[in-house]
Amino acid sequence: MNADKFDMGNIDIAWCPGCGNFSILDVLKDSLAELEISPEQLVMVSGIGQAAKIPHYLKANFFNGLHGRALSPATAIKVSSPSLTVIAESGDGDMYGEGGNHFIHTIRRNPNITNIVHDNMVYGLTKGQASPTSRPGFKTGVQINGVVLEPFNPLAVAIGLDAGFAARTSITDKELTKDIIKQAVRHNGYALVDLLQPCPSFNKVNNYKWFKENTYRLEDTHDPSERDRAFSLACKTDKLALGVFYKSQKPSFEENISAGPEPLHEKRLDTDKLESLIKSFAS
Amino acid sequence: MNALRSENSGVSIVLCGQAGQGIQTVEKLLTSILKASGWNVFATKEYMSRIRGGTNSTLIRVGSKPVRGFINRIDVLAALDKSAGGHLAKRISPETVIMGEKEVLSGFGDTGSFFEAGFSQAAKDLGGKVYANTVAVGALLRLLGIPAEEVKEPLERFFGGKSDEIIEKNQQALQKGFEMAEKPAEDFGAGLKLSGEPDVQGRMLVNGAQAVGLGALAGGCNFISSYPMSPSTAVLAFLAQNGGGLGLIAEQAEDEIAAVNMAVGAWYAGARAMITTSGGGFALMSEGVSLAGMMESPLVMHLAQRPGPATGLPTRTEQGDLELALYSGHGEFPRIILAPGTLSEAFSLAKKAFDTADKYQVPVIILTDQYFMDSYYNTETFSLEGLKKSSYITKTDKDYLRYKLTENGISPRGVPGFGEGLVCQDSDEHDQQGRITEDLELRVKMNDKRLKKLEAAKAETVQPSLVGAEDYENIIVCWGSNYNIVKEAIELSGRSDTAMLHFSQVYPVPEKAIEKLKRAKKTAVLENNATGQFAKLLKLQLDFEPDEKILKYNGMPFAADALSEKINEMF
Repeated sequence: MNADKFDMGNIDIAWCPGCGNFSILDVLKDSLAELEISPEQLVMVSGIGQAAKIPHYLKANFFNGLHGRALSPATAIKVSSPSLTVIAESGDGDMYGEGGNHFIHTIRRNPNITNIVHDNMVYGLTKGQASPTSRPGFKTGVQINGVVLEPFNPLAVAIGLDAGFAARTSITDKELTKDIIKQAVRHNGYALVDLLQPCPSFNKVNNYKWFKENTYRLEDTHDPSERDRAFSLACKTDKLALGVFYKSQKPSFEENISAGPEPLHEKRLDTDKLESLIKSFAS
Repeated sequence: MNALRSENSGVSIVLCGQAGQGIQTVEKLLTSILKASGWNVFATKEYMSRIRGGTNSTLIRVGSKPVRGFINRIDVLAALDKSAGGHLAKRISPETVIMGEKEVLSGFGDTGSFFEAGFSQAAKDLGGKVYANTVAVGALLRLLGIPAEEVKEPLERFFGGKSDEIIEKNQQALQKGFEMAEKPAEDFGAGLKLSGEPDVQGRMLVNGAQAVGLGALAGGCNFISSYPMSPSTAVLAFLAQNGGGLGLIAEQAEDEIAAVNMAVGAWYAGARAMITTSGGGFALMSEGVSLAGMMESPLVMHLAQRPGPATGLPTRTEQGDLELALYSGHGEFPRIILAPGTLSEAFSLAKKAFDTADKYQVPVIILTDQYFMDSYYNTETFSLEGLKKSSYITKTDKDYLRYKLTENGISPRGVPGFGEGLVCQDSDEHDQQGRITEDLELRVKMNDKRLKKLEAAKAETVQPSLVGAEDYENIIVCWGSNYNIVKEAIELSGRSDTAMLHFSQVYPVPEKAIEKLKRAKKTAVLENNATGQFAKLLKLQLDFEPDEKILKYNGMPFAADALSEKINEMF
């Protein structure tokens, strides 16, 4: 399948020049094309923020909802219509800040969805405040003396919760990003892709060069079934490892609740069964 | 017993004690035996927000005619704890027969007719404390004058599945209770001088939560996501326990925000989804209400009210959240609010809520309250006759537009994966395709489109019911759970010049109601809240102002007997 299947043509894109989102969009389209997913069978779910606009810039079904809430509708969409490919894609503020509680519980629930988080360590849409992943000392118009909060560590949290699939990549390494997105979509269960990206407008510290210099690919010998090792790698933040940290095979949410493969809108109410339930209150 | 002279209101029995003392067992056993013997029953409870201890009471009414609402009067009080005396002091009269163990009766003053009953000793003699509740049920049945032979079979059915020994022991316990109450029954002149109705046996015995749950299933509900909160949890539990066989997915969400966003997502993918919550949870869900408004997503929300603000009185009742339901969510968009008055209406309106939400792509809110959730009575069996699963989902074509501008504002609703088109829903202002727009002219068109749907939905407004005198002079307006209480209060008052106008749809207010209101010489609006929220809405929508407001907000429902006196004072 060709990536242009997902092209929106000549549209107005609201991202700043040089934004990492452009490359992410391209890589995403390539990944989906290589996975042979049709736009009609794909649902992109997002919240609010610059990254959350991604569904508007590629051809697919989409549910662009509320700030921090992408994971809740994504879960419900998948369980209501299990044959759809569901990708929840938004930024670090959306998924880890406003949506932190849903992030934790979606990992526990393990729906078969892919969660791509554009992680630029800053709030772009609201013009440059700290995000949950901003690094200590990062100065902004609000954090005037620099960030003092411990950064949120999405990989460590996900591995701590025994996530089905936990990976980090950086858009500075397109090839790896494409490979990881494809693996994540193929994974049965919840898959986290923490996707590092530069924000040229509001994050002058963690720029393209910084990501190049401060990241490295996990070695081929890394075994993603080793949870302890994956957790200790996730806790290392001086240099950031890229790759699939951890994978565990377990039943997805849909499998656990035995919803069946048929979409709910095709199911018909069994009136005989309901009738007998009603009658049980009359005896 | 005063009640025995009252054909209309039957006998009123109250069980009172601490949580964990087995009140619910007595309640269940007694109501199921009475109903199986052909008596009309009603039960409702009031309880403290604690798992054990405290002082709780259950009112059970039994009559030859339907009994369906709360009253203050107590004819027989089964006291299981000393604190019952103080807790119910205002409701005890010299004619109240109070039965209980010696030490429990010491907690009462002089008012009442006392019957010292050794339930524990009798149970011990039978081999265990566990039988004390059945002994009490036996004593109560004897006081009501129901022959022992008549309840043998219903008791067996109640314990069906248990060992023969357990059934036999309980039969003995019941007999013990009968014997124990023999003399008091004669002394107090007790005995139901009423007659049972054989067809009561075949009717349903359900509570408000079950009625809402069954109505939802009949409405095609196949997805519920909620966070537990009293008193709404019973609907979530009911659907989790009974919906599985019908293909329903029930998920306990991590919070109310997740619950409502899941429900909107589920509708998007073609499910018929609902949430159930109380005021505090609904407050958290307001962003989801707004989302449904903008996305034009159907949504069914059940809001079981309890007193607020904040955590308020968690286990008590109130109608204080009408304005929350009405104004929750920012921006301007249509919604419909239903407030069932009876159990059969809870069934039919919960069913209707799904159809209305689906057809007009708007949030529909079902307003009940703790009193409604926790009350039950025998009612005609819910009918599925004429039930057709109406699907409003369209198969999409290549050029599908989710928000197509149409005459009545309703766009054909597709779901992803069904057809060749793409289904795009956005929380931002959007174009016909569903993509973000800042075209300000289009904004006006889209806003108008959304608002227009309310006009279309008005065609299906649920009209209020006028109950009582056709040629009335006075009208009492009420809504939601007060239906049976006001109806009975008017009957007890003996007033043939007074009628009730009950609203089961509170928003939009049925416009034609104004004609009925204008015909009355005097009007009152009755609500379980402090500020008259529905009265304010009547003023706003119909420019109607009542002569009186009858408001109660101490956490308890209105009592039909007290209200009948109020009616006679007022009109």
